[in-house]
Order: sequence, then C-alpha cells, then structure tokens
Amino acid sequence: MSAKRLRPAAWGVVVLLAVLLPFFFNAYRVGQFTQAAALAIAVLGLNLLVGYSGQISLGHGAFFALGAYASAISITDLGVPYLLTLPIAGAVCALAGFLLGLPALRLRGLYLALVTLGVAIATPQIIKRADGLTGGTQGMSLDKITAPAWSGLADDQWLYFVTLAVAALMFVVAGFLVRGRVGRALVAIRDNEIAARTMGVDLARFKIGVFAVSAMYAGVGGALFTISIGFLAPESFPLALSFAFLAAIVVGGLATIGGALFGALFIEFVPVYAADVDEALAGVIYGGVLILFMYLLPGGVMGLVRRISSTKATPRGTDDAQAGAGHRLGGGAADAGAARERVRAQ
Amino acid sequence: MVALLTLALLASGCGRSDEGGGGGGGGGGSDPGITDKEIKLGGSYPFSGPASAYRAIADGAKAQFDFVNSKGGVDGRKISFQTLDDAYEPPKAVANARRLVEQEQVFALFNTLGTPNNLAIWDYLNQQKVPQAFVATGASSWGADVASHPYTTGWQPNYVTEAKIYADYLKKNKENAKVAVLYQNDGFGKDLLGGFEGAIEGSGVQVVAKESYEVTDPTITSQIRKLAGSGADTFLNITTPKFSALAIATIAKSDWKPLHILNNVGASKTLVLKPVGFENAKGIISTTYFKDPDSPEWADDEAMKEYKDNVKKFEPRANPSDSFTAYGWTAAATMVKALDDMKEPTRDALMDSIRSMDTEIPMLLPGINVKMDGESDGYPIEAMQIMEFDGENWKLQGDVIEAAAQDE
Repeated sequence: MSAKRLRPAAWGVVVLLAVLLPFFFNAYRVGQFTQAAALAIAVLGLNLLVGYSGQISLGHGAFFALGAYASAISITDLGVPYLLTLPIAGAVCALAGFLLGLPALRLRGLYLALVTLGVAIATPQIIKRADGLTGGTQGMSLDKITAPAWSGLADDQWLYFVTLAVAALMFVVAGFLVRGRVGRALVAIRDNEIAARTMGVDLARFKIGVFAVSAMYAGVGGALFTISIGFLAPESFPLALSFAFLAAIVVGGLATIGGALFGALFIEFVPVYAADVDEALAGVIYGGVLILFMYLLPGGVMGLVRRISSTKATPRGTDDAQAGAGHRLGGGAADAGAARERVRAQ
Repeated sequence: MVALLTLALLASGCGRSDEGGGGGGGGGGSDPGITDKEIKLGGSYPFSGPASAYRAIADGAKAQFDFVNSKGGVDGRKISFQTLDDAYEPPKAVANARRLVEQEQVFALFNTLGTPNNLAIWDYLNQQKVPQAFVATGASSWGADVASHPYTTGWQPNYVTEAKIYADYLKKNKENAKVAVLYQNDGFGKDLLGGFEGAIEGSGVQVVAKESYEVTDPTITSQIRKLAGSGADTFLNITTPKFSALAIATIAKSDWKPLHILNNVGASKTLVLKPVGFENAKGIISTTYFKDPDSPEWADDEAMKEYKDNVKKFEPRANPSDSFTAYGWTAAATMVKALDDMKEPTRDALMDSIRSMDTEIPMLLPGINVKMDGESDGYPIEAMQIMEFDGENWKLQGDVIEAAAQDE
C-alpha cells in the first residue's frame, strides 16, 4: 500500500476507534477522553504556531484560560447556550492572539518566548483579581450538560461526541490550511525568513495570522475542556499547563496534524497514572516518562508512524511535500540554525 | 447478644430483599460502593503543595478505619478509604470527586479538606446524591441551608460558633474590651469576623480597628503596626498557621501587649507556637474541642491511649502527637458511628443516620457531643472550650461553651 492510501486508512481507524470509545468505558473515563479531545484542539493550535511557523509560545495556557472563562462567563452571566459560546471563545482568543502576535513581528526565538511566558505567568493572578467577573479564587461552577432525549446517549457520552465533532472539524480545517499555500508560506517562514520574503510571502500577515488562528484553537479547546469539567478556577490554568502543551506537540510530533491527538492523550493520562504509582513522586515519574519518550521517539509518535510507513511504502514519498516538511522540521530548523551559526563563526 | 446479632443479620437480609421491590427510604436499589463485606469511602486531601501538613488528617482517619476493620468492621463490612491528592487546588478536587464517584464507585465521600475545594464539589455531589460527609473545614456554609445541599455536612465547630465563644469570653472577662482584628481576606476570615461582630452587638465590647491580609502576602508587619496604634487592648488573630506565627512574633517584638485571642486554625503547638518560641506565646487564649495529644493533661486518658497505640500500630508513619492526626482519627470515629447506625445500606440511609446523630465520641472533650437534627440543625459540633497557653502547654479554662451558629 502506498503512503497515499495509508493515510486515509489510518485516519479512518482513528475515527472509528474514537466513535466506539464511549461505549466501552465508564463515565469518568469518557470524561477524560472528552478532556483529551479538547486538549488536542489546543495542542493542534500550538503546533500550527510552533511546528509549522517556527514561532515559540510559552503562553498558550493563557489563551486556553481566556477561552475557558469567555465560555463560562457567557454561559452563567449572559445565558448563552453552551455550544454558541465556542465561537465566542474562539473570537475573543483570536483577537487576543492578534494583539500578542504584534510583538512577534519584531521579536524572534527566545525573546518572543519570554513575552508569551510573561502572559502565562500573569494569567492566574489576573483571574484572581478580576473576581467580580471570574469568581476569583472560589472559581465558577457550570451546570452539568444534559444529553437531549433524541440522542439516546448518557450525558457524558453526548458531551464526548459534541467535543469530538468540534475537534474533527478543527482538525480538518487545520489539515487543509497546512496542506495548501498557507502551509507552504508558514514552513518557508520557519526555515528561512529572508528566502520566504524573496518568494513574496507577506511575513507580517502570516506571522500575526498564525498567532491569531493558534490562539483561537487554544480558546475553543479551553471552552470545551471547561464545559466538560463543569468547574474552573485560577488553579486550573497554572504555568505548567503552557509547558504541558509544548510537551504535547513534541511528544506527538512537531509540524504534524495527527500528533496533537497523541500529545493530548499523553498530557491527559500520564500525570494521572504517575500519581497512581506514587503520589509523592508523581512529578518525577511524569518527567522520567517524558525523558524516556524523547530518547526512544525523538520524532514524536508521528515520527515513528512515518518511519514505519516509509519502510513499508516507497522510501521517499514523492506525493507528499508536507510529510517531508514535517519530517525535516526538528532537524530542519536546527540545521538551518547550525548553518547560520557556521556562517557567523567564519 | 447472640439474639441481637441474629436480629441484625435478619434485618440486613430483609433490607436486601426489600430493595428489589423499591423499598423504603427513597433510595430504591442497592447503592454503589457498599456490599455485605465492604464499604468504600473516598477522600481528597492535599498530599502535595503548600498545605500538605494536612495529610496527617488522612493518616489519622486511615488508622481509625484500620482499627475498626481489625475488630471486624461495621456490621461485618470492612471500610476501605481511598484518598487522592488535590494539592489544595479546587480543580483537582473536582477531578478527584468525579473519579471517586464514577470510576471507583465509592459509597460516600468523607472528610474532603478545604473550604474552596468542598465548595467546588458540593453541587456535583448533591446532584449525584452522593454523601459528602463531615468535610474538613469550618465554614458556616455547610450547615446553613440543609435543604439546598442535603448530602453535605461539616464536622468541626464552624467559625461562627467559634467567634461567638470568643465574644462570650470577652463579655464575661473583659466587658469593655477594645478589640483590634487581623483577618485573612477570604471566606474563612470573613466568616469568623462576621460572627464575632454579630455576637458583640449591644455589648460593651467594641471592634476599634480591623486589618486584612492576603494569603500571598509576604509579611503582615504594617497591618500589626496599624492595629497596635489603634489603642486596642485586645487582639483577635484570625489567621492560618504561617500568619499566626508571624503575628505572634511581630507583637512579641513590639511594645503592644494586648490580650491575644488566637483562632483555633492557628493554635497548633508544633506548627505555630514552637517556631516562634513558647515564651512569646504565653497567655494566648484560644479554643478547642478535642483532646490535645500533645498535652500531659490527657496522658492517662483511655481514649487517648487507644488512639496513640492504634496510630502507632496501623499508621506508623504518622505522628500521634500531631493534633491533625488526632483530628482525622476523631472525625473517622464519627463516620464509623454514622455507618453503624444506618438502617439500610443506602446513601440516603447514611444521610438520615448522620442528620439524626446525638452521640459522644471518646476523643472529643468531655461534655462536647456530636448532635444534629434534620434540617433545623445542620451543625454536628457546636461547643468548644477556652484554653490558655501557659508557656509550655495549652490549659483548658472554665466550662464547655455551647454556641449555635444559627439562632433558632
């Protein structure tokens, strides 16, 4: 089977498993899968930014929080039906992402990372201070979502399918985005800005644009995550969440669409199991698993998938420029950097 | 005795057969987490993070349950107590509650710790009709409106009761006291302060100054300076342990010498008084309601000996002299009593049993009972006793004082 046919087949299997899943687990587990699907949307958003366009954000937890609160406040204070709060959360976060994207025009690498880190550090404090709106440290409770009678589903199953449907839509959109002209422009910016500009890529437009889209994904993810849990407080969005998103895109595979799924499952489940092994050592175990993972699968889960499918199919996929681009990424970006270093050294 | 046992067996047998027919009590079929052999309880505690000193409460509770299990359990049912870490963060408490109910299928939650954490989960648990029994927080919310959250109960004396006891003490011993108050700016601090202000209304006792602090503040020196400058002769210290210690230390260095009333939350000898030096804590007034494991006063007490022996036996890691361990042990003893008095093995029957309790628990101070009465009285323990620090130990003063949080 060629890689061209393998890809739809693989996605078919993923979708089938995802649809069958809630019928084989209890409500709590289904809830965890719902949260993983919500996280996957945010992780995908970050991967568009970091993996494809090469800009680093350490502050996506802040967009996730913003989306969560935008949704929660719309539901409780404005009485908006929960599904309609998703576009609201997305729009609010897209605007915030646009504003935060402005410095990205001037700042690069670590400097941009620091700006976004500042936002992530400030977020829990800001939520606490704005207690008239956010409930402060007491947090906010949301009513449980009930499944409509016609669906014949339990509440948790219904919410899972809603989240899954939104996630599927967001994945398809992202897939089209990176496969076309936009994706090529982003990758060009990542690999060599000067070359990209020479080829006629409007750097400012794409850089800010991808920041806004990425923030929108994080916001929608945050909204769904919160609706699923039914409670949010400043502690829901610690600094560590932003780093968990970064870990997720690397675990899943940089500059891949499918990787976000694996990354999200990783950050949803591994910490829980680590705490089950030993409460006092949970952090150590989580960290250890992460290190081990990177040693064994440096290209992330999707790197492994690619390696397997490329040995089975034609070794060099001529059909798939994107896969090549993604494959190059970790190495590719580093190579470009190394080349630049060499030039400077001379 | 044998006859009683037989009756009990018969009764439990009847309970089971009744359930198929949608028997009494409103519960209907058998509830999750309870079989003839086992009762599963769940709890959420801060095992990690800044509040992890409270883990001793879980250790004390586990020792009590293991002790009861070693004697054959409750009606032949062994209690298993599964605890999860929430790092004192409400979102983690929510995840833990859902896991305990939906995945681990516990019969009831017992003694989950922290006011914000319990507020975060009480709507969920009441929707699910899962008991949230004897929560480890003194907020007056837990008993204020029984009808809206029938599955939730507190345990320790609530902060309003405590505040009323301080007001009562001042009215009797220092009727024209001018009080300066330092309080933590959150639900806990405002609960106690509000209770105190309500209780001194119409008396000679006056609040002449009040200052608040945030839990995140590094120091409280400026607040203490302002309070000292107010001309108050009494200091009401409504703080959590770290700030209790800071306040005692700051006052010791100043030339302000008020009558110092320290709330129960901050009155730990090991956590607070020892670090600042016992000599600086001499004369401080506080309240308590269970026997202090660190005080020689109870060294020969039967209940105390039973507690210390069994903690050493079943939870060797725990420190029996830590009052948190004793707290957990005593709260768990109350839970065992409630389970023992259940008329049938259902969650509703457990709540009925809790809400009609009137019982003595051996580790509580003599004269302090656990007493509840349906919707009209939702507070289990509503009496405390004044104690004074003599430079080495807390010494009980006067009699047990009753103070209902809500006037009937």
